[in-house]
Amino acid sequence: MSRLTDHNVALAREIIVRYPRKKSALIPLLHLSQEQNGYVTDEAMRHLAELLNLTPAEVLGTATFYEMFKFEPVGTYVINVCQTMSCALLGAGKLMHHAEEALGIKAGSTTDDGLFTLEPAECQAACTGAPTLQVNYRHRYNVTTDAFDALIDDLRSGALSSEIPPHGTLGRNRQQIPADKFVGAPDPDDVSEGPAWVPVSSPANAMEDKS
Amino acid sequence: MSTAITRDYTPGFYEGDRPKLVTSRFEYEDSYTLERYLSTGGYDGLKKALEMGPEAMSGEVKASTLLGRGGAGFPAGVKWGFTPQGVWPRYLVVNGDESEPGTYKDRLLMERDPHQLIEGCLIACYAAGLSQCFLYVRGEMAVAHERLADALNDGYEAGYIGKNIMGTDFSVDVILHWGAGAYVVGEETALIESLEGERGMPRLKPPYFPAAIGLYGQPTIVNNVETLANLPFIAANGSAAFTAIGTETSPGTRMVAISGHVKRPGVYEIVNGTTTFRDIIYGNEFCQGIRDDNDLKAFVPGGGSAPWFVSDQLDIPFEGREASAAGSMLGSGAVMVMDSMTDIPEAALTLTRFYAHESCGKCVPCREGGTWLLRILERICSGHGTDADLDQILEVGQSICPGEMPHAASERIGLDATPFPYKMTTICFVGPSAYAPLHSALTLFRDEFEAKVVPAPKRISIPVAVAGS
Repeated sequence: MSRLTDHNVALAREIIVRYPRKKSALIPLLHLSQEQNGYVTDEAMRHLAELLNLTPAEVLGTATFYEMFKFEPVGTYVINVCQTMSCALLGAGKLMHHAEEALGIKAGSTTDDGLFTLEPAECQAACTGAPTLQVNYRHRYNVTTDAFDALIDDLRSGALSSEIPPHGTLGRNRQQIPADKFVGAPDPDDVSEGPAWVPVSSPANAMEDKS
Repeated sequence: MSTAITRDYTPGFYEGDRPKLVTSRFEYEDSYTLERYLSTGGYDGLKKALEMGPEAMSGEVKASTLLGRGGAGFPAGVKWGFTPQGVWPRYLVVNGDESEPGTYKDRLLMERDPHQLIEGCLIACYAAGLSQCFLYVRGEMAVAHERLADALNDGYEAGYIGKNIMGTDFSVDVILHWGAGAYVVGEETALIESLEGERGMPRLKPPYFPAAIGLYGQPTIVNNVETLANLPFIAANGSAAFTAIGTETSPGTRMVAISGHVKRPGVYEIVNGTTTFRDIIYGNEFCQGIRDDNDLKAFVPGGGSAPWFVSDQLDIPFEGREASAAGSMLGSGAVMVMDSMTDIPEAALTLTRFYAHESCGKCVPCREGGTWLLRILERICSGHGTDADLDQILEVGQSICPGEMPHAASERIGLDATPFPYKMTTICFVGPSAYAPLHSALTLFRDEFEAKVVPAPKRISIPVAVAGS
């Protein structure tokens, strides 16, 4: 079942109407399909193409540009160990080496039990807590080798399952726009006038000063 | 009542007796909730803006000379003014795809004070007549997504976002959009491509200046998270209160992330234009010096793309023009410090690897050149490089950035500064960023590179007997 479920199709339709043009919803919907299946399946991409009036090739073309989309099954927990400058200065190489030994896999692969995927990563915007890693895109700071081992134990025992959802789930909540508050997203071709709060005579309509 | 900061979300955020324009709520545990926001002056700026009208509000922003905090440092009010007359609709795209190495401020602003950013977006939309706002957040920031989604849901519920905001005719949707992991999408035209559902590759400027031809070909304002987070303060207190802080050319405050070999790495809101690098690195209220009291070897002044500074530049203030004159830039406000124990070629390698990896592949000099530089550098660091490789780096670099390259002055090797910026053969700054830091490292610390290489093998001529001799 790798097409989107009925529940997710309903969610997808909610997301699509937020954009003036359908294709803009593609990346959010790829995330949605990854949340459902753990990775982006071929069937899901065909389904997204149907939903967005695209060809499957267009969906694949966009999806393959972005690193967060996986096209093969990955572990329940994807561990990204930062390798960029600030972390590298403070022992990211050593941490990565330890992670490989502790999990018994090389970076880029998945453990046999399907629990962990280990990846080298680029800057995670947590440089002051170097060295850092992310588990399913949730940060861990100042990670020592002992802290790494403890983290793996906690993940195995399920102690962190309320904090860290399985791979694919980006947020445990979603933006929800109440129907009566939603302004709407008309196609730009159908809009010719300025918004109501900008007086037609106003220089804001022209934004006079072009210096 | 102020409580301890959750270390989980904000490692190394330290308070101090400094003006706090955008981090004023960081001291509260529940800083991201609507209740806390409203009880600490939240949405007052929007209220003021709605009272004064869009023209007056955009006038205030222009008068504040608020400079963009994303990297280019362009005045926000002027940027808004570039939109062509009478073309509708116009969009606001918030650049929350922070991924410059060392940079770490937008994520905090989104996680710790999402309502402040949302209010800033609403003020911008109101002032510049933008009819829809897209909050493009880097995909790897799961917590920021959760906090922003909650904040938006609460904001819609309370009538601050959506139809007829606070009972006026001002109506705008703020849409939370997820990125999916690509550094180059932080470039504004690539961001727009990505938001249209395409591969995130930059567009050629001209003609694709977003203010004229942006999202769906419409006029589009792209602003950084920190830039927008300043708007509630400017709206509520007026531009004069903003320009009273900092200097004339760099008003207000800036969030600076300092990482690497310092005693107290952290994100600090500093007074713009007057705080020097020495204050930041050695100051008691900031980083308190280098780890183990080692000597400073070099530091990155403004994110991974910036040419490096050495101790000669410590007394330069955190001000755009001064940094340019000294041979680098302030970029996204990230300082990375290297102490005397640092292996300079290895450090340069981590940055070159980053930019080579993040090239989108559109421009040849970046796609091929970045990878080429990476291979040479890897060869040097693994002990297989030759002295010819050092010149090769400069030669490859010339095809990405032709002409003179900016670098800092160094008394140690008797070198004068060459001011920023450089020329470039690529559409965006990813390509030059693979080279500029490496070039400055190689210029300032050539001795360290030379220590790692062996002389290139000489061609040996073997005398050949000529027939008849």
